[in-house]
Amino acid sequence: MDIGSMTEPCITLSGITKNFPGVRALNAVGLELYPGEVTALIGENGAGKSTLVKIMTGIYQPDAGEIRINGKSVELSSPHSAFKLGITAIHQETVLFDELSVAENIFLGHAPKTRFKTVDWSAMRVRSRRLLKEIGAEHIPAEAPLKELSIANKHLVAVARALSVEADIVIMDEPTAALSHKEIEDLFDLIGLLKKSGKSILFISHKFDEIYRIADRYTVFRDGEMVGNGSIQDTDQNAIVQLMVGRSVDQVFPKQKVAIGKPVLTVEDLHHPTEFADITFKLNQGEILGFYGLVGAGRSEVMQALFGITQPSGGSMTLDGDAIAPKSPADAINSGIVYVPEERGSQGVVANLPIFQNISLPSLARTSRSGFLKLAQEFSLASEYSTRLDLRAASLSQAVGTLSGGNQQKVVIAKWLATKPRIIILDEPTKGIDIGSKAAVHAFMGELVGQGLSVIMVSSELPEIMGMSDRIIVMREGRIAARYDNDGKLSPEMLVRSAAGIEEVAA
Amino acid sequence: MSDAASTTRHIPNRLDSPLRGALLSWPSLLLVVAVILFVVNSFASPYFLSPWSLSDATFNFTEKAIIALAMALLIVSGEIDLSVASIIALASTAMGMALQFGIDTPGLVLIGIGTGLICGMFNGLLVTGLGLPSIVVTIGTLSFFRGLSFMVLGDQAFKGYPESFAYFGQGYVWWVVSFEFVLFLALAVLFYVVLHRTNFGRHVFVIGNNSIAARFSGVRVERVKFLLFCLTGLMSGIASVLLTSRLASTRPSIALGWELEVVTMVVLGGVAILGGAGTIQGVVLAAFIMGLVTFGLGLLNVPGIVMSIFIGALLIFVIALPIVFRMVRERRT
Amino acid sequence: MKSLLRARELWLAVIIVAMVTAINFRAPGFAAPANLAGILNDTSILIILALGQMAVILTRCIDLSVASNLALSGMIVALVNAAYPEVPVQLLMILAVGCGLVFGAFNGVLVWLLGIPAIVVTLGTLTIYRGLIFLIAGGQWVNADQLSEDFVQFTRIEMLGLPLLSWYAVLAAALFFVVMTRTSLGRSIYAIGVNPVASVYAGINVGRTTFVAFCISGMLSGFCGYLWVSRYVIGSVEVAKGYELTVVAACVIGGISIAGGVGTFAGAILGALFLGVINSALPVINISPFWQMAISGAAIIMAVVLNARGEKRGNRIILRQTGEPS
Repeated sequence: MDIGSMTEPCITLSGITKNFPGVRALNAVGLELYPGEVTALIGENGAGKSTLVKIMTGIYQPDAGEIRINGKSVELSSPHSAFKLGITAIHQETVLFDELSVAENIFLGHAPKTRFKTVDWSAMRVRSRRLLKEIGAEHIPAEAPLKELSIANKHLVAVARALSVEADIVIMDEPTAALSHKEIEDLFDLIGLLKKSGKSILFISHKFDEIYRIADRYTVFRDGEMVGNGSIQDTDQNAIVQLMVGRSVDQVFPKQKVAIGKPVLTVEDLHHPTEFADITFKLNQGEILGFYGLVGAGRSEVMQALFGITQPSGGSMTLDGDAIAPKSPADAINSGIVYVPEERGSQGVVANLPIFQNISLPSLARTSRSGFLKLAQEFSLASEYSTRLDLRAASLSQAVGTLSGGNQQKVVIAKWLATKPRIIILDEPTKGIDIGSKAAVHAFMGELVGQGLSVIMVSSELPEIMGMSDRIIVMREGRIAARYDNDGKLSPEMLVRSAAGIEEVAA
Repeated sequence: MSDAASTTRHIPNRLDSPLRGALLSWPSLLLVVAVILFVVNSFASPYFLSPWSLSDATFNFTEKAIIALAMALLIVSGEIDLSVASIIALASTAMGMALQFGIDTPGLVLIGIGTGLICGMFNGLLVTGLGLPSIVVTIGTLSFFRGLSFMVLGDQAFKGYPESFAYFGQGYVWWVVSFEFVLFLALAVLFYVVLHRTNFGRHVFVIGNNSIAARFSGVRVERVKFLLFCLTGLMSGIASVLLTSRLASTRPSIALGWELEVVTMVVLGGVAILGGAGTIQGVVLAAFIMGLVTFGLGLLNVPGIVMSIFIGALLIFVIALPIVFRMVRERRT
Repeated sequence: MKSLLRARELWLAVIIVAMVTAINFRAPGFAAPANLAGILNDTSILIILALGQMAVILTRCIDLSVASNLALSGMIVALVNAAYPEVPVQLLMILAVGCGLVFGAFNGVLVWLLGIPAIVVTLGTLTIYRGLIFLIAGGQWVNADQLSEDFVQFTRIEMLGLPLLSWYAVLAAALFFVVMTRTSLGRSIYAIGVNPVASVYAGINVGRTTFVAFCISGMLSGFCGYLWVSRYVIGSVEVAKGYELTVVAACVIGGISIAGGVGTFAGAILGALFLGVINSALPVINISPFWQMAISGAAIIMAVVLNARGEKRGNRIILRQTGEPS
């Protein structure tokens, strides 16, 4: 590959493999970055991009593979060693220190020193100002606490930090996710500046217009494998979308036809001051309603409002014609709405407790007698639902944390099914789980709607959203951007365009 | 629906027998320690095995252990209450004041327990209502509650409790078996049932392990925590009645420093200080161990302050030991 | 653009000044320079201890063993002084600091290498250190007549109108100002409290920095051991019993967040002074000194409530706002 390239790559990763319990996150992938060029890393959620970034920044150690910087084999054994070798990252959730000042954020870990080995604040401020000016951010005061800055300005501080360490390799992980149009333009100017100074840049984004604006090369990941790379100029958008989406959708998801019934849940004009607005939709009996969008489009936030975790500032919800306003998850569960959260580890399972206790948790009132536990009934409930979901575990007393991601997810779903809900909301239900469990979760969703339940599925994976949903709502920046019937005329490209805000070229 | 799902797999409830699990647990280790201490003590001092001295030994720890029962639940849920000893002081002061108004034993008991409950509610409201960290809140109320006692009493003391009031801290139910000890055992059974046999207890464990997932599963986290603070206050109130009755007087410095001993008892009992794990059996055994150490060393004329070295070292040692073992094992692999 | 952080200390300073002024109306002379100097001198030990505690709390830990450490280190130097009166007092001060350092380092090692929660470790060493006092002194007290003249007088020497004891507090404050704001160590302590994960990414050794914070707290406690024995002319098991909570209280009142990463050296000093002023004001305005504990308790609770309000943070913003300020 890259026969035409004149320059040598600044960093070469080859054969990188990384396994997590039950999942192979990366399978012998490769990546090359060239000085003065921007390489776009493209792939759906769960394709392995974040894992690769974590390996490049020394947070994870690869199980196999080699990393070369300027031809020399290196080991990125810790974040500090990555930092020393000139690799710096600007993360999705900018990892900086809110309570510290701008200058400190730029120079933490490598502050200029006076003769007495104390921090030279004036030099630090002067150099911070110079760096900020260099990147056209002289409006940011060097001594202001970071928490007073907007997200865009925090990014600029992160870029200044990258420049201050004289990093050769800059990783930008979805840097535009929370920026306005103007701010994105500024960021692109900045990237141009970095290119000119000879930095190698890895740019991770879902937005094709951005990729085509600034990237020179691209690498596409799918399911932990590298499926294609090349020069951006020589490749058109559709070819890349094709690489990303990969397999043909209808082969993997043999979704059954279920008769769609009358509306169950009606949501009218739901609002939140900072997270979403104008959310109106209906959910019918026996229907799978898909919510598609980029990460941070506000989908999870809407779902959490339906589940009573956040309180909307306006709007109404009706369930079977009765108005509901869940004030807590307990309220929502009582009215038959349950939620399988995206953050499985922190919100879904109680990792140290056994499987049966996780499954019986919301149903304790039923499995107990006047407040006293009935272990036999808990076990039989857990046994019934873990069998239905084809859970793979050594025993029901095993701690959930010892299971693979896929089996943990089955436990979460089992927990909710045991409450006999009306509506089940699944937020990225197959994120980070193996193919086998994915298929089981999908098959099960089909089974559920067959029994008259209604399902809302939030997913950023195109094959999943297109394979499973009856209708699809696309969200962008906290609002509904498009609605589609999944009727065979819908193409993945249409969804990607709506989500990323690319103008429709031809209908 | 799908033909692939026809191969149903059955998952066993347990792999190990419950007995095997119980044998390898922390409480059984504590039991071994307790038995060893008992044997050592009976060899070390000829007076140890007399029923009356054993009975006396129980007075050293029952009041603290009663609070430790509730504190165990609170720490399992991921919170802590450092104000328990100050609640004893304030409840005792309230009883002393009531005494000045000529209130008799039943009224005194109610006032003591009620004051404890109110203090617990106050802590609970600050922590769950305002979302404040319990360690700082209860350091504040530690100072505040005992401070109120000092305001009322200064360097004075309330004395002259009625004779019938003496029963709680000095009376015997049967032969050498004191009322305090019987009450402690009854409460231990009650707390065992609450923590290990009820939905409420399950919620306590879930909250301590992952309060976010608990909330996402419909557990009313704040309500459970509030109740636990009330319960801890209530137990402190009961302990105050016992201690005041035993000492037959109230001074503002009553039970000074007990909060740390109670926490030590709970942690020694195998309750994870960061929450999520622990047993009542362990706490009860830890109470006995601390009682045995104190009493045994007392028989050998070792002063109390030196015993505290043992207790402090024991606390660090029992927590460090499993960690060191795990580190050595990991280094080997 | 003035930061909220600084405003918090400003408010506390205003409250202290208002308190002093108000008390001065009831009891003229309270605000006289000599009396204020007396208050500073009485509060010096608390100020030094609060500064050390601040370093530990900033790293998301807590050191409950400070008072026991103080008493044990104080007893050691008192015993040495009683046995060998010819040993110069400067050497004893170094010995006190060294003892404190060892006891602090012991806490730090357990927290750093074994990962035991700081509250458990220091709860344990609180009782161990205090028990050791009894052992090394054989249950005896060290009285005024056993201590050498130098030992007792050294904290009382006046310089520019202030006793040396006060100057030590001033010195500690200056030292902390430099360490916390001018050295990488100080900034690392803040960073690991604000965001331990990001600190690792920035190349900071979180465990070792925490260890150092415990060493600092230990050294200062040891030093205060000498100061205490010299000032109150007694070494006993009962010295500074329960004082650890007063020290934590001073930090909390000074706006140092128990969750770590938030608080300044000025806050710790003002928190200590707040308690010091109350302490010396009560007898002056005819309130029983027995009220002091309840008042400082109420002050802690109020401080926690107020701090929590200041720390509420906004969520990240998804909805695109028009005209976002930059």
